[in-house]
Amino acid sequence: MLQEESDLSLIIAQIVQKLKGSNLYSQLERQAWGSWEKRILKSLNSMCTELSIPLARKRPVGEQKELLNKWNEMGTDEPDLSLFRPVYAPKDFLEVLINLRNPNYENGDSLSFRTHLGLIQVPLKVKDIPELKECFVELGLNIGQLGIDDSTQVPPELFENEHVRIGQKVLAQQDSAAAQQYIRQGSPTALRAELWALILNISSQPEDVLYYEQLKTNVIQHDLLVDSLIYKDVKLTASNDDYYFVFEDYLYQVLLCFSRDTSVLSHFAFNSASPPKSYIRGKLGLEEYAVFYPPNGVIPFHGFSMYVAPLCFLYHEPSKLYQIFREMYVRFFFRLHSISSHPSGIVSLCLLFETLLQTYLPQLFYHLREIGAQPLRISFKWMVRAFSGYLATDQLLLLWDRILGYNSLEILAVLAAAVFAFRAVNLMEVTSLAAAEAVLADLSTLKVMPLLQIFLFATVT
Amino acid sequence: MAGKVKWVTDIEKSVLINNFEKRGWVQVTENEDWNFYWMSVQTIRNVFSVEAGYRLSDDQIVNHFPNHYELTRKDLMVKNIKRYRKELEKEGSPLAEKDENGKYLYLGLCVFHRLMFSVNIPRRPVQPWIMILSHRFKKCVPKDSKTSSFVSQSNKEAYVISLYINNPLLIGGRKFDLRLYVLVSTYRPLRCYMYKLGFCRFCTVKYTPSTSELDNMFVHLTNVAIQKHGEDYNHIHGGKWTVSNLRLYLESTRGKEVTSKLFDEIHWIIVQSLKAVAPVMNNDKHCFECYGYDIIIDDKLKPWLIEVNASPSLTSSTANDRILKYNLINDTLNIAVPNGEIPDCKWNKSPPKEVLGNYEILYDEELAQGDGADRELRSRQGQSLGPRAGRSRDSGRAVLTTWK
Repeated sequence: MLQEESDLSLIIAQIVQKLKGSNLYSQLERQAWGSWEKRILKSLNSMCTELSIPLARKRPVGEQKELLNKWNEMGTDEPDLSLFRPVYAPKDFLEVLINLRNPNYENGDSLSFRTHLGLIQVPLKVKDIPELKECFVELGLNIGQLGIDDSTQVPPELFENEHVRIGQKVLAQQDSAAAQQYIRQGSPTALRAELWALILNISSQPEDVLYYEQLKTNVIQHDLLVDSLIYKDVKLTASNDDYYFVFEDYLYQVLLCFSRDTSVLSHFAFNSASPPKSYIRGKLGLEEYAVFYPPNGVIPFHGFSMYVAPLCFLYHEPSKLYQIFREMYVRFFFRLHSISSHPSGIVSLCLLFETLLQTYLPQLFYHLREIGAQPLRISFKWMVRAFSGYLATDQLLLLWDRILGYNSLEILAVLAAAVFAFRAVNLMEVTSLAAAEAVLADLSTLKVMPLLQIFLFATVT
Repeated sequence: MAGKVKWVTDIEKSVLINNFEKRGWVQVTENEDWNFYWMSVQTIRNVFSVEAGYRLSDDQIVNHFPNHYELTRKDLMVKNIKRYRKELEKEGSPLAEKDENGKYLYLGLCVFHRLMFSVNIPRRPVQPWIMILSHRFKKCVPKDSKTSSFVSQSNKEAYVISLYINNPLLIGGRKFDLRLYVLVSTYRPLRCYMYKLGFCRFCTVKYTPSTSELDNMFVHLTNVAIQKHGEDYNHIHGGKWTVSNLRLYLESTRGKEVTSKLFDEIHWIIVQSLKAVAPVMNNDKHCFECYGYDIIIDDKLKPWLIEVNASPSLTSSTANDRILKYNLINDTLNIAVPNGEIPDCKWNKSPPKEVLGNYEILYDEELAQGDGADRELRSRQGQSLGPRAGRSRDSGRAVLTTWK
């Protein structure tokens, strides 16, 4: 790992800036991530040995032809996946986070950090409601929002029509910064695909399409063990989802290419993690024969395909869908399953969630803790997946609008807390973790913007 | 005074029975005094047949119109639509306008384009078609395998040649059709309601137009009953999407105006089909009917009517499905049997807005005529879908129709 840092000397200045104020934690991160990484690699390797399947192999020509023919309907394939299991699930990852401790830190000394009764025991700085209100000022009560002010009871002349007009202007001028500001109030459905592309700086150039085609060729020529994990994940999650089952084939087309895309490795520069390595057969331990495995350095976990699924509602051209997803991943999603002290990293999000709950809904928090239902155990999976698969798609897209608009994932923690606040009455009556899970099992009817608005701006603090 | 409603049914479905029971209605047999009979289409034939001599009293309601087959039998539907079109043409109605190729601009509703009594299929048809035996009186035998012509053994056979839509709209590479529920409480004046929660039924197999695939039943026929036997059928979502998903997808990928236009056209097709059969329908005051409309959309976002079912399936393929059908029956009963009390057929069949549930008024002839009938024609011609597209601001009016 030290070797990589010296190679990335130009990027170090950026890393330092990003980890500003948290240099203390870099050692902690590396240790924690290091042991976690070892675990998942071990899991991957043992699956490999058990099933006698190599991590990677070149496909025979006949198989290549077959795959090319079936490229648009890989979903109809029924490979035997019964022996494969996801390398890890979000709850495994949560256990790792719970056990994070900073060895340099002593609880007793600190006066500034209140006793934290949640699961996360790492004292990172998180925002409180007044700070969140400042940050998310455009979500305020007196500002028009899509997701609230476009409902059927509200005449469109009041907000919606004008908002659409402004959106069209922003697109006409191709102004990325303006688009990002604009989308904080939500995007009209008809403009969303273009707005997201503008904000993410995706324009389908011929070289982008070519790049995607090259990845596709890669998939055809080589078979990776990770492919089976991807298949399994799609079959377990998206294929059974009421909204996303239709797009099953697109998911394979995106994820198989994604796992071979080495340009994704560059995001590790902003990540204290490092991509897992593997060695060419027979050359174990020899650095010259080390390759990143999978080539993009990302081992998919249970539910990973749900990052892609909602995007299928917006983009039906595979290479564009691919680019958008890749950019979303390296900007946002990677932070949800790696350890860092970044304010949008999953550790901070968990802490933000717990702190919000403990500070502003103390009765609920204590009650749940008493009955053995630590709130984070329920909300963790929502945040790791950025709520994909839990909310109705139109609501999810409104939420992801704000992620793009504010360039931050903190809104996920705020929403999680808002959901608990919304169901507080029922939660106060439960007496077990299972019952609490049941109260929060179905989020598909929730309207996210009113929940967020009320939690941030209409709750007495 | 107000006794309990007595109900009978010959369709043993839980979504029905649970709804009757939750209203505290009492189950009786068909030989006793009943108020409400949810019957199959076979039974309605018996009830209203001349021989049966059945007289329904004022406090009895049934869930079918006596001659619903004018709408639900494909050959009769085609006949009625043709007659309707001719009448409009004679009146000089702008609705019957045709384009340069002689095609109806506004009334080219359905998939079917030819009605035949014996079939002589050209050897090399230009476009593939499906032959559907509309009404079976007797079997037919192939005369000659080379020319593929059939001889009917009786003059009483009706076939419908359907234009095969070989450019259906595909989503995720899959073909689908739409199932929409429409409740008609009276034909004259026409009063119909559209259930907001229709759904799309997806094929489990990828669609390819190559002829070798024409044999694959699962690719082309999207009815769930058939899809269920395909290998890939999923019991969680049942291959179904809500209409609101479809709307979100189309708005996001194609734009809002064309999507609104599509939905407007779908509503238009349904209302026109009902108007076409209204004159010949026996508008018995004891009757209401809930139809299942099957519609397919092509890749130019034009909807086509495939068929209308008088007895849409009440079997549930998934948990969501069960909830949907339960609510469908619930809302239907709320409209057809006001307040859940013993019905009186003399009532004006105008339920208050609050009981509509998930139904929306699709077309109310009385209201429309109150506004002036030519309003409909003017706005349809103008196709002004701008500010009035989508949601109407008037409460109590027909919400769905911008062209009313």
